[in-house]
Amino acid sequence: MPDWKKMVEENLPTGRFRGELAADIQAEIADHLEDAYQEALRLGATEEEAVERALAEVDDWEALAERIARSRRDATEGWAAMEVETSEVALRRRGGPWNAAADVLQELRFTLRRLGKAPVFTAAVLLSLGLGIGANTAIYSVVKGVLLDPLPYPDPDRLVAVWNSAPGAGQDLVRQSFALNAVYEDDARAFESVGIWGPSFSTLDGPDGPEQVPAVQVTHGLFPVLGVQPVIGRGFTFEDTQTGSPRTVILSWDTWTRRHGGDPAVIGRTVVLGEIPREVIGVMPEGFRVMDQPAEYYHPFRYTKAELTLTQFTLRSIARLREGVTPGQALAEMEGLLPVAAERYPGGVDLKTLREMGAAPVLHPLKADLVGNVGEVLWVVLAGVAIILLIACANVANLLLVQSESHERAVAIQSALGSSRRRLVLRFLTESVTLGGLGGAVGVGLAVGGLALLRSLGPADLPRLQDIDLDAGVLLLAVLLSLGSGLALGLLPLARAWRLDLCAALKEGGQGTGTGRSRGMVRNAFAVVQLALAMILLVGSGLMIRTFVSLSQVSPGYSDPERLLTFTATDVTTQDDADVPEAHRALAERLARLPGVEAVGLTTTVPMGTGAGFDPIYVEDFPLPEGQQGPIKRFKWIGGGYHEAIGNPVVAGRAITWDDVRELARVVMITEGFAREVWGDPARAVGRRISTGFGPGNWREIVGVVGDVRDDGLDQDPVDIVYWPMAIRDYWPEISDRDALFVQRSMTYVVRSGRTGTPGFLEEVRREVLASFPGRPLVGVRTMASLERDSLARTSFTLVMLAIAAAMALVLGIVGIYGVISYAVGRRTREMGLRMAMGAEPGRVTRMVLRQGLCVALVGVASGMVGALGATRLMRAVLFGVSPADPLTYGATATVIVGVALLATWVPARRAARVDPNEALRAQ
Amino acid sequence: MFSPTLKKGSAELLILSLLEGRERHGYEVAKLIRERSGGRLSFQASSLYPVLFRMEKRGWIKGMWVERDGERRRRFYRLTDKGEAALARQRATWREFTLAVNLVVEPSHA
Repeated sequence: MPDWKKMVEENLPTGRFRGELAADIQAEIADHLEDAYQEALRLGATEEEAVERALAEVDDWEALAERIARSRRDATEGWAAMEVETSEVALRRRGGPWNAAADVLQELRFTLRRLGKAPVFTAAVLLSLGLGIGANTAIYSVVKGVLLDPLPYPDPDRLVAVWNSAPGAGQDLVRQSFALNAVYEDDARAFESVGIWGPSFSTLDGPDGPEQVPAVQVTHGLFPVLGVQPVIGRGFTFEDTQTGSPRTVILSWDTWTRRHGGDPAVIGRTVVLGEIPREVIGVMPEGFRVMDQPAEYYHPFRYTKAELTLTQFTLRSIARLREGVTPGQALAEMEGLLPVAAERYPGGVDLKTLREMGAAPVLHPLKADLVGNVGEVLWVVLAGVAIILLIACANVANLLLVQSESHERAVAIQSALGSSRRRLVLRFLTESVTLGGLGGAVGVGLAVGGLALLRSLGPADLPRLQDIDLDAGVLLLAVLLSLGSGLALGLLPLARAWRLDLCAALKEGGQGTGTGRSRGMVRNAFAVVQLALAMILLVGSGLMIRTFVSLSQVSPGYSDPERLLTFTATDVTTQDDADVPEAHRALAERLARLPGVEAVGLTTTVPMGTGAGFDPIYVEDFPLPEGQQGPIKRFKWIGGGYHEAIGNPVVAGRAITWDDVRELARVVMITEGFAREVWGDPARAVGRRISTGFGPGNWREIVGVVGDVRDDGLDQDPVDIVYWPMAIRDYWPEISDRDALFVQRSMTYVVRSGRTGTPGFLEEVRREVLASFPGRPLVGVRTMASLERDSLARTSFTLVMLAIAAAMALVLGIVGIYGVISYAVGRRTREMGLRMAMGAEPGRVTRMVLRQGLCVALVGVASGMVGALGATRLMRAVLFGVSPADPLTYGATATVIVGVALLATWVPARRAARVDPNEALRAQ
Repeated sequence: MFSPTLKKGSAELLILSLLEGRERHGYEVAKLIRERSGGRLSFQASSLYPVLFRMEKRGWIKGMWVERDGERRRRFYRLTDKGEAALARQRATWREFTLAVNLVVEPSHA
């Protein structure tokens, strides 16, 4: 008597069912077979016949298990399937073209069911496509918001930034002066309006003492340039900007809602800012910003128009061109107005000097000024993620080909049963478009998350961060990418199925038909492409890493930036200008006595800070021809001990001391580059004399030379700087009295201490400062390290983006090569078995597989190198200290890729070696 | 003899009707279908049990292991309230369907 229970246990695969359920099913089927066997015997069959009769109850054990599993699933999905079925039925009843729609719905249903049954495959595809589409969507929305979208002002194409150039004085780009701006205001017909703006601070009385908030200063013409008016109240008039007129202020929308409860009666109210009462005259619209500058308050610049001189070219100016006027026409008019300015506002630069400097107006499109050269970075990053999408599509194409092969038999049957070509096309396209669509949905989700992360990180160097949005244009791109990749990917399995040899497919039971060789080559080609693309991205990241390292190795003109605390403190209380330096010195001394402080120094601006002065320099030893203006150099005014505090060693001579300041000594210091340029050797510069002014004369002695300072940023060339004592008599006698004292009341302090950044240290510093200069908060509190980080922000942003892209590419590429090799191994199981049955050692088989993987990897790396050489050329603008063809980077990357590829090949190789020769021979 | 689709469509109706008012186990159901249709309809285990399990998952029938005297443990199925409602629905649909087909197929007596 046969043991039916055992028989069922051996034949029915119950992997899909949990323990007790499996036992129940087995028991029930066994019962059924037992009953069939017994009945057959009762009806007079022989033992064998009875057994046969019972066995006939189950034709295909595998199929039975599958059907049971499916029936349990279908039971719960029955509702959804029925819904779709009825709409299909309804469509078919309408007939005609609606049949096609019904076909599509049916294919959709089949596709969803097929995808649901292969969750690993579906997850792999959706993740790959999601990463690719998501990355592209996110970066494109950044590119769009920052580079492509117009500025958020009416008629933004007519907005220009107003600059000047003075090539004769070595200055390519110089800012604007109040006097020249006034001339444009009055006489330039090419401009509808023109104005000046500048970032600033307002000091509020807060609960913890004075609080500084960002603000913007403007001339009365600035808001008309932007075409934006206050929503309540009025804008600034010319009167508001003239000294002596009542003080006014305009609120930002946020400030109005937050600090004044959104009360319309705020107009006419008085607010006290910086201890000065001001009348609120207006509120700006929600979301308004001047050139991306955050501001709580808008103040008017205040000057006396009649007393302006053509000097102080340090201001930011923008203008709105009149309708129909081109920048060229405007420039022509502006050039003609330069001499007018020199005549109308004497006491500054005169006409002769203008001509010598080759002074000329310059106009930039305003967006270009705002965006700067972040565009270079963004396009590089966009190229990077486009590559990611290609890799993802290659991966998915691979996966689809694998899947199409395992479904070969089903497709063959479908075709043999009369399914038309049209139906085949519909099947493959529906599947791939569905995958594309779902992948796109995943991608959009990832993009939304990624953008939120980006906005919260807020890379300092990324302008218009608030304009980045996932708007209709970006979503359209996502949809196009999804559909596009879906359609493209569908063509591959379709092409294969088109040429399918039906007979062979039906016969061989899906183990492989047709040209296995060509199929393998297509596979390998995909893996090669993926690895090549991954190589390109890795090389890009590697070059950025080298850039970063190079930047960190330049000598910036300071040392130990994490130990350097900087802030600006202003002396408003000391009555007499002559006493101000002593007040600052006293504070510096008190700070130096705080525990943990090693040195304290003062300057008007720290390296990479803003607001340095600049003026012409004359060298006594090398006089210029009569009337020629000297080269423009950067000026900073310092207290004693500055260079020691900031860590810039004196190369020759000595540093400026507090004694020099107190005695108003006629001394200066210069940077090494300047010294070498003029005297060849820094030591020879010591004791020589230089001066500033409209012409030579007024000499002062160079007492010391310090190391070069990369004042414009670590990735920029060092700048020539002249250091002056913070108090100077007889500074510009052409303009002021010979006895007048030129004194800096606002100084930036540099405190060197190991306690910088620790809690409590800043509090101690703050207490000392407020004790010396009450009522004025510390402004611009930063460490040199954070200033340095900002200067490197662009580089680190590029590096992070490329590194992420490269990591994604590498992961996708490795998955690709693993898939390729492991599938190839699976197909050649028989061959492996044969070889080992005939005496080959497992080691040989492993090596054979490894060789195949190595081959693919090497070809991928080689093509990747060629591609990288071309692609990295585009990165020149963001690289520093490393060439786009750097051999170290290429070599290291190639090694990494080959190594990881071999690792990915190792697993299938080991599996191949462990194939049981008997099983392999049997399997069919 | 009949196409697989036809058999599949009516399997539920056949099984439900056989469970009306009585508990039966799987083999019994298959046997009755074969005998009562005069051998015209037959369901093998491969076809029967997926349908049984599906209807059980839907809550139309309930299966229980029962041990009767002198017999081995067997799984018996009975109709639930939901199943009775489903049976009524399917019977009605079946009658309408066959009526409709007959109206088309038989020559009309005008």
